[in-house]
Amino acid sequence: MINAILVFNNHGKPRLVRFYQHLAEEVQQQIIRETFHLVLKRDDHICNFLECGSLFGGSDYKLIYRHYATLYFVFCVDSSESELGILDLIQGVFICFVATLQVLERGEEVFPYSSRMMFSQVFVETLDKCFENVCELDLIFHMDKVHHILQEVVIGGMVLETNMNEIVAQVEAQSKLEKAEGGLSAAPSRAVSAVKNINLPEIPRNINIGDINIKVPNLSQFM
Amino acid sequence: MALKMVKGSIDRMFDKNLQDLVRGIRNHKEDEAKYISQCIDEIKQELKQDNIAVKANAVCKLTYLQMLGYDISWAAFNIIEVMSASKFTFKRIGYLAASQCFHEGTDVIMLTTNQIRKDLSSPNQYDTGVALTGLSCFVTPDLARDLANDIMTLMSHTKPYIRKKAVLIMYKVFLKYPESLRPAFPRLKEKLEDPDPGVQSAAVNVICELARRNPKNYLSLAPLFFKLMTSSTNNWVLIKIIKLFGALTPLEPRLGKKLIEPLTNLIHSTSAMSLLYECVNTVIAVLISLSSGMPNHSASIQLCVQKLRILIEDSDQNLKYLGLLAMSKILKTHPKSVQSHKDLILQCLDDKDESIRLRALDLLYGMVSKKNLMEIVKKLMIHVDKAEGTTYRDELLTKIIDICSQSNYQYITNFEWYISILVELTRLEGTRHGHLIAAQMLDVAIRVKAIRKFAVSQMAMLLDNAHLIASNTQRNGICEVLYAAAWICGEFSEHLEEANQTLEAMLRPKVTTLPGHIQAVYVQNMVKLYASILQQKEQSGEKEAAQEITQLMIERLPQFVQSADLEVQERASCILQLIKYIQKLQIKEVPVAEEVIALFAGELNPVAPKAQKKVPVPEGLDLDAWINEPPSDSESEDEKPKTIFHDEEQRHSRHRQPEIDEEELARRREARKQEQANNPFYIKSSPSPQKRYQDTPGVEHIPVVQIDLSVPLKVPGMPMSDQYVKLEEERRHKQKLEKDKKKKKQKKEKRGKHHRHNSLHTESEEDIAPAHHVDIITEEMPENALPSDEDDKDPNDPYKALDIDLDKPLADSEKLPVQRHRNVETLKSPDSEAPLVEKKSKKPKKKEKKHKEKERGKGKEKEKKVIEEEEEKKGEDLDFWLSTAPPPASTTQLQTEPVVGAAVVAEPQEVKKEEREERDEEEEDEGKKSSKHKKKKHKKEKEEKSKDKKKSKKKSHHSEEETTESVQNGTLDDEPLPPMSSYRLLAENPYVKMTYDIQGNLQNDSQVTVSVIFENKSTSFLKSMELNVLDSLNTKMLRPEGSSVHDGIPVPFQLPPGISNEAQFVFTLQSIVMAQKLKGTLSFIVKNDEGSTHEKLDFKLHFSCASYLITTPCYSDAFAKLLESGDLHMSSIKVDGISISFQHLLAKICFHHHFSVVERVDSCASMYSRSIQGHHVCLLVKKGENSVSIDGKCNDSTLLSNLLDEMKETLSKC
Repeated sequence: MINAILVFNNHGKPRLVRFYQHLAEEVQQQIIRETFHLVLKRDDHICNFLECGSLFGGSDYKLIYRHYATLYFVFCVDSSESELGILDLIQGVFICFVATLQVLERGEEVFPYSSRMMFSQVFVETLDKCFENVCELDLIFHMDKVHHILQEVVIGGMVLETNMNEIVAQVEAQSKLEKAEGGLSAAPSRAVSAVKNINLPEIPRNINIGDINIKVPNLSQFM
Repeated sequence: MALKMVKGSIDRMFDKNLQDLVRGIRNHKEDEAKYISQCIDEIKQELKQDNIAVKANAVCKLTYLQMLGYDISWAAFNIIEVMSASKFTFKRIGYLAASQCFHEGTDVIMLTTNQIRKDLSSPNQYDTGVALTGLSCFVTPDLARDLANDIMTLMSHTKPYIRKKAVLIMYKVFLKYPESLRPAFPRLKEKLEDPDPGVQSAAVNVICELARRNPKNYLSLAPLFFKLMTSSTNNWVLIKIIKLFGALTPLEPRLGKKLIEPLTNLIHSTSAMSLLYECVNTVIAVLISLSSGMPNHSASIQLCVQKLRILIEDSDQNLKYLGLLAMSKILKTHPKSVQSHKDLILQCLDDKDESIRLRALDLLYGMVSKKNLMEIVKKLMIHVDKAEGTTYRDELLTKIIDICSQSNYQYITNFEWYISILVELTRLEGTRHGHLIAAQMLDVAIRVKAIRKFAVSQMAMLLDNAHLIASNTQRNGICEVLYAAAWICGEFSEHLEEANQTLEAMLRPKVTTLPGHIQAVYVQNMVKLYASILQQKEQSGEKEAAQEITQLMIERLPQFVQSADLEVQERASCILQLIKYIQKLQIKEVPVAEEVIALFAGELNPVAPKAQKKVPVPEGLDLDAWINEPPSDSESEDEKPKTIFHDEEQRHSRHRQPEIDEEELARRREARKQEQANNPFYIKSSPSPQKRYQDTPGVEHIPVVQIDLSVPLKVPGMPMSDQYVKLEEERRHKQKLEKDKKKKKQKKEKRGKHHRHNSLHTESEEDIAPAHHVDIITEEMPENALPSDEDDKDPNDPYKALDIDLDKPLADSEKLPVQRHRNVETLKSPDSEAPLVEKKSKKPKKKEKKHKEKERGKGKEKEKKVIEEEEEKKGEDLDFWLSTAPPPASTTQLQTEPVVGAAVVAEPQEVKKEEREERDEEEEDEGKKSSKHKKKKHKKEKEEKSKDKKKSKKKSHHSEEETTESVQNGTLDDEPLPPMSSYRLLAENPYVKMTYDIQGNLQNDSQVTVSVIFENKSTSFLKSMELNVLDSLNTKMLRPEGSSVHDGIPVPFQLPPGISNEAQFVFTLQSIVMAQKLKGTLSFIVKNDEGSTHEKLDFKLHFSCASYLITTPCYSDAFAKLLESGDLHMSSIKVDGISISFQHLLAKICFHHHFSVVERVDSCASMYSRSIQGHHVCLLVKKGENSVSIDGKCNDSTLLSNLLDEMKETLSKC
C-alpha cells in the first residue's frame, strides 16, 4: 500500500499532496516538513530509499523518492510494495505529468517523449531537461489536473495502472469530455485570465463579487 | 433567466481562478496569511452563489488551500453540492475536494450515499470512475455497507476501466465492512482471470493485500497464483504474486518447494532488477521456511547470495541498498554463506550513503563470532570517531552495544575489553544513548561476577573524571553513565581500592549540577561506600580515620539536603541524620561499622524483563472481588479520604504473594523447570543448556573463578580497548600453543567445556577460550511464570476483522445489503449480483409450506453434505496440487509434510464449519431459503436413502430439540471422518469445544502427536485447563518426568471468549496394529462476572490405524519390488454404492488415510503409505460401475485388515 504521495520543491513548498489515510491538516504539514528535511539532507548520488521511522505512524513504512529538477517526488509505502517497482512508478507518474501539462500549456504535444515511449536509461537522463519546459508552476496552476492524472495511477493507496499509454489515454478522454462540456478551465476562462495578467493584478481583486452591477461597465476596458 | 445566466458568466470572469490564486499568493510573499484569509472570504462569498460553476471554481481553490495546510472542512456541504453537479467537470472537482478532506468524522458524509450511488450507476463511465476514486479515499463503514453491493456489481461492468477501479475499491470496502468479504470474494477471485490485464492486476493487488494480513485463508488460492506466475508477463503483477508467495510459504513448506524451480528460472531469465530482487527475496523466504538439510538448498542459497553480491557491487546505490537488505534476511538462517562476503560488507561501511552504512551495520550484527568480534568492534570504533552526524554516530553506538551484548554476550571472550569499550564510548559527545551505555555497564557488572573488580576500578575512574562527562547534561546524555558508575562503585565497594578517593569524588560540589535522579543514586551509594570504608577502618583500628570520614560526610551532605529535587533532598536528609547518629556513637567509641554495613547486606540479582508481568494470578484469587465489604455510597460521599485510602490498601494487597514455605517454593521451582523443559513454546534464556544454573537458587552457588590477572591491566588513565585486542591476540596465540602441547601429552583433557557454546560457530572458534571463566547470571523469573508470550500481539489490528475464511461456501444469510424499495428488486438482486455464488449454492424455489416444515431437518442434512463435499474438493485441490510437486529431493523432508499441510488446510475448515452451523440456524428462521436447496438435491436423495434411514431415528428427535443440538449430533453422525478436515470432534459442552487430529511422529517410531483445538464457546474466560487421559497398556500420554500417571497435563494457554487455540500432546504406544480408544477428561475453570466455577468435560480419544500412517511417496519401481518381495500379507475389501469420481475418491484416501498415489491408470490406482513403525502398506484401488474394490498388502495382517475396515467406513459414506 502507498500511504502518501508528496511532491514538494527544493524549498519544501508542497506542490502536490495526497495522503491515503486521514490526517489533520497540521499533521500533514508537519509530515511534509519533516519529510522535506529528511530528503534535503541527501545528495543526489545516494540511494532513493529512506527509512522514515515513526513519521507516518508505523515502522513498516519507508520513503521512496526521486528528485527531478526542482521537485522532489516522495512516495511513502509499506513493505508490500516493491521498492524498485515504486521507483519506476514515480518515473511513470512524472512522465504522465509532463506529457499532459505540456499539452495543456502549449495546446499541442511539444513534449518529444510521448507517453508511448517505454522506459529506458537514456530517457531517464533526459527527463530533467524536459522538465524545464514544463515548469514547477504548471504543476500548481493545474493542480486539479495533476490530481486527476494521479488518480488514474493510484487510488486509495493501491496502484491502479502501470501502463503509461492507458493512463494518458484515460486522462485525455476525460479532458475531451470536459472540453465538450465547456469546462471550468476551457478556452474562454483562459482567455480571461490571460487578459487579467496583462492588466494590473490588483484590479480584479478590488471588484466586489457580490455586487454585479458595478462591475459590468468596467468590462469594456478589459476586453 | 437568460439575463441571470449572462450575469453569472460575466461574474465568473472576475472571480479568481486557481491560477490567479496561485499567482496572488506568490505576489504576496510577505503577508501570505493575510492574503489567503482574504481569499477565503472571497471563496465564502462565491460559495453562496447559485451558479455551480462559481462554486466549483471556489472548491477547486479550496483544494489548493487545503494542500497548503488550511482546514477546509467547513465547506464540506458545498463540496457535496459540487459533487452532485450534473457536469462531469464540476463533479470531478467536487470529488477531488472530498477525497482530500472528507473522513469518517465528517458528519455530512452520510448525505452523499445516494449521490454516490447515482454516480456509480451513471451511464457515463467517467462519472462512475470519479465516484469510485473519491470513494476510495473517504469510504466510511456506513458508506461501505450501503454501497458494497453497488460496487460489487461494478466489478462485472463491461468497461475494464470501471472493473479495475471497482476491484481495487472493494479492498477499502472490506476494511470498513468486513462482512462484505465473503460474499464478494468469489467474484474477486474470478477477476484474477479477467481478460483485461489491468483488472487482473487490480485483483492480484487486492488479494495480495488481503493475504498479507491473513495469509492462511488464502492458501487455497496458491495453485491459481502459481498459474498466473508462470503465465503472466506483467512485471508489476509478477512482483505482487511473488511477494505474496513469500508470505504464504511459511505456512506451507510444500508450496516453497514447488516455487523454487520457477523462481530460480525467473532469476536467471529476467532482466528487470525489481523482479529479480523480489524473486531472490521470496527464494530466501522459502529457504527460511524449509528446514535446512535439503541437498539443493545450498545451490539456491549460493545463487541468491551471488546475485545479491552483484547488486551490492553495482554502482547504483539503490541496488546496493536492497542487496544489503536482502542479505540480512539470509543472514538469519544461513550466516555462513553471508560471512564469506565480509569484505564487501565492511567496505560498505565506508560508503558515503548513510542508509547503506546502516544496512551494512545490520549485517555486521549477524556476522560476528568470538574470533572476529574485537576486530569488527575496533573497526566500528574508528567509524565512531570519524562519523559526522550524531544520528549515524548514535546508530553506531547502539550497534556496537547490540553486537556485543547479543545472545547473552555470547561472543565476548574478554569482558575487560568490553568494559573498556564502554568506557571509551562515554567520551562521545552529544550522544543520546548515555542510558544505553549505563544499562550495559550495570548489566555486565551485575551478571558477570568475575569482572566486578575491574569494572569497579573503571567506574571509580569515571567518577573521578566526572567533570569531563557532566558538562553534557541534556536528557539521556552521556552523564547517564555516572548513574551506573556511582551505583557500581557503591554496590560493589568491597572491590574498590581507593574508596576514600572515590567517596570524595562523589561528594564534590560539582555533583549538584547533575540531573536529580543521578544525584539520588549518588547519595544512596555514598552511604554504601561510607559503610565499607567505615568497616575497613574499624577493622584496622584506625578510629581517627573513621571519624574523619564521618566528618567529611557530615560536612558535604548538606549540599544535597538543599537540592531542589525531592528525591535527593529526602535521601540526603535521612542519611545525614543517620550519619550524625553514627558520629555520636563513634564519639562514645561504640563500634558501628557492622551495623551500618548490615543496612546494605544481601545481593541484588537481575530480574528478567517482563518477569513481573508473568507472575500468574494464584488460583482462586479474584482481583476484582472486594476484600472488605465495599463502603456504602453514603459513607464514601461523606468521607472521601477514607475511600482513597481503601483503594490504596487494595492495590497493595494485590502484589502480596501468599506466604509460602521453603519446601513449597522448591517444589514449585522444580515443577516450573519441568514445564519449561517440556514446553516447546518456552524460549530458554540462554542458548546452551550448560549456561542455565538451574539448580542453584542463590547466587552463592555460582562457581566463580578468579580472574587471572597475569597480564598487566593497570593502565594509567583511561585504558584503550586496543590494548586488549593486542593482548587478546597474544593470549590466543599462547593458548593455542598450550593446547597443542596439551594435546600431545593428554588428549583427554578438555578445556572450556562449560563455557557458552554456539551451535553455529566454526571449528576454529571453538578453540578460543575466554580470558577468564565468566559466569553470566541468568535473569530471575517469578515462580510459576507463565511461559506464553502473548504480549506482542496487537489487539487493535484493523486487519484482524478480515481474518475470514473464504473457502467456505456462502450461506444465504451472507449477502450484501441491497436497497429494498420494491419487492421485485429484492428477489432479483441475489441472482443477478452473484452468478458465481449461485452456481455453488442454491436456486431459489418456492415450495409449499407443509412440505417445508417436514423436510426442513432432512434438507439441512443434505445441504450440509453438499457443502462439505465442496469443501473437500477445495482442500483436495490444494493438497493434490501440492503433492504433485516434482519428485522431492529427500524423503525426510516430505515426511514432515502431512503434519504441517494437514493442519494448515484443516484448521480453517474446522472453524468455518462451526460458523456455518450457526448460520444454518439463521437460515432456519428464514425457512423459505433453506427449502430451496431441496430441489437441487433431489437427485441425490435416492442414493442417500440408505443413509437417511440410518439417521432417521435420530432425526426424529432432532426436530424437537434446539437447533444447535441437532447440528451437533449431525456432526457426530459423520464421525469418524468429517470430510477434508482431519480434525474430528473430540467433545463439546456449552463452554468448550475440542477437535483433534493425530499425526505420527517421524523422529520416534512409538510416538504420535495429538493436536487438540480448544474453542471457547462461552462468554466467559476459560483458564487452568488441564487435560488428562486414562492410559491403556498400549497407549500412554507422555507426561513430564516425575508426575504420576494420574496427573493431567496443563494446556499452555488460557482462552478468552470466542477464541480457539491449539495444543499438542504426545502419546507413546507400543503396538500400532490396532485402533485404540482412550478415555479422558478436560478440567478447567470458567471465570465470568459471577465468579469462577470448576468444570469438566469427558471425551474419548480415538486412535485410528490411519493416524499411525505417514504419507510417504514411493516410486513405481520401488513399489513393484516391494510387491514382489513376497513378505506382505494380503487382504481386500469391496464397497458398493460409490458415486463420487475416482479422482475424488483417491483424494479422500490420500487425505484421510495418509496414502500417496504411486501410479494411476484409468480407474485403477496403486497407493502407498508407511506406518511410523515402518510397516509398508500397498493398495490397489479399482473402481467399477458403482463400486470400489481395494486390495491391500502389508507386513502386518492385523494392521492391514484394520486399515481396510477404516477405509471401508470412509468410503461407505461417499
